[in-house]
Amino acid sequence: MGSVAAMQLELPTSLAAPDTAPARLRVDNVSLRYRTPSGSTFSALENVSFEVPDQQFAVIVGPSGCGKSSLLYLTAGLAEPSDGEIYVGGAKVDGPGADRGMVFQSYTLFPWLTVRENIEFGLKRKRIAAAERKEIVDFYLNEVGLNNFADNYPKQLSGGMMQRVAIARALANDPQILLMDEPFGALDSQTRMQMQQLLLRIWEHSKKTVVFVTHDIDEAVLLGDRVYVMGARPGRIKEILDVPIERPRTMDMVMEPDFIRMKRQILGLLHDDLQEAH
Amino acid sequence: MATQKSWVQRCLTPKVDLPHKLTLAAGALCWIVVFGLWAILSYGAMVPSMFLPTPGDVISAGVRLASDGTLGKHVFASVEVVVIGFVVSSLVAVPLGLLMGSFRIVQAVLEPLVNFIRYLPVTSFVPLFILWIGIGLEQRVTVIIFGVFFQQLVMIADVSKGISKDLLNASYTLGASRRDVVMHVLGPASLPGVLDTLRVTMGWAWTYLVVAELVAASSGLGYISLKAMRGFQVDVIFLAIAIIGLLGLMTDQLFRILRLKVASWAQ
Repeated sequence: MGSVAAMQLELPTSLAAPDTAPARLRVDNVSLRYRTPSGSTFSALENVSFEVPDQQFAVIVGPSGCGKSSLLYLTAGLAEPSDGEIYVGGAKVDGPGADRGMVFQSYTLFPWLTVRENIEFGLKRKRIAAAERKEIVDFYLNEVGLNNFADNYPKQLSGGMMQRVAIARALANDPQILLMDEPFGALDSQTRMQMQQLLLRIWEHSKKTVVFVTHDIDEAVLLGDRVYVMGARPGRIKEILDVPIERPRTMDMVMEPDFIRMKRQILGLLHDDLQEAH
Repeated sequence: MATQKSWVQRCLTPKVDLPHKLTLAAGALCWIVVFGLWAILSYGAMVPSMFLPTPGDVISAGVRLASDGTLGKHVFASVEVVVIGFVVSSLVAVPLGLLMGSFRIVQAVLEPLVNFIRYLPVTSFVPLFILWIGIGLEQRVTVIIFGVFFQQLVMIADVSKGISKDLLNASYTLGASRRDVVMHVLGPASLPGVLDTLRVTMGWAWTYLVVAELVAASSGLGYISLKAMRGFQVDVIFLAIAIIGLLGLMTDQLFRILRLKVASWAQ
């Protein structure tokens, strides 16, 4: 268990902080416990600590029920941890805010707004002037390749297109960190690959700090700088692995030995977890 | 012949679409059958004219009452009561229902009482309303409000309960405040469901109107119907029923068009 985060946490924070660049996201000893209807306590996350440096593409991978999505909801401020703290850009998370954009697995576009109005939603909340709004929206429409669909309503779009709008909508707000909760989980495999390529391209342009949750190992290795492998019961970080594959990434790289080695390693970690469960 | 056979098969297969013309023809056929039966029974004198008027009788009754102005007066009286009752009820039920579906505290306060009242037959309150309010317009309006309001409240609460939590979560992560979420997310997201509820409950408002007018009124379509019964004017009763049906159909279409206009974005 030579986890990077675990070693850093053994140092007092006052010593660890000064000379390293401050992490964009710091999850500090977070636990999340539910009371089940039967009255017992279920531990979704147990003492989870890790950091994500600025401009990193972090992927959290784990079996279902390991609390990986909960971790995103906690970071977004949509839920509260039972214990511990989360810091984004040095500020403690206390409720949701526009500094933490999120793309959900389910389709969450506002169906009564056009594509343009959806992307504008956050900008309007920030009271950004119309001319500037238009400029920002046009830029992101272009990034996700939906210039011709600006005035369409979500019901006229395919699932992949809707998720592209959701990504544009989150990025238009210029958040400190982009949280992605299995955003391509509901898409067919062809569309999924297109979306992965699109996301890689957008990320090369923006270098936004991303925390991406998935259960798809290929997706984790293809997208991530670092893969945080989680285990279940209780949900915890088992291992943090750096992905030794250069950028920009392309689809061909899934055949490279490094890629396959990495996949095998993650698969092994997840497999251990399944065996422990039995 | 081949196409005819496939038509028959398509008609007998569940959930298979049919040509538009065929569905129109089938709907028209049903009307023709009903009117045909009516015509045969009445013109053929198989049923005494005291109980069943001929279609011609009903039309001439309509012309007679329309020309002397009584019909217009009574139609207006009924529409007035329905519109006042329905609008007053909706103005309170829509916002309160949305709050009830979205805020657990509002639900906790209102639900036990509303669910009790909802199952009380409105008709059982009519004597009480007459005693309290009299037999004027206010009484009939009250019957409609009482009949419609609690149903609207529960149905609209369900509409707003049905709005995906993810939609709210997404707006929070885009920087929306709680107020923004209520005004810019819950409100518009509920609109199609609210309009559907209004459309359905408008039909119920017509029902309660007639109940109220039959019991105690001095004008309205229910009233002329009751008066016609006493005078054995069965043609006028038929006329009143037909007009209530037509008015109901018109308001229903109005709501359908409104729904298409303001919520065309909905699935």
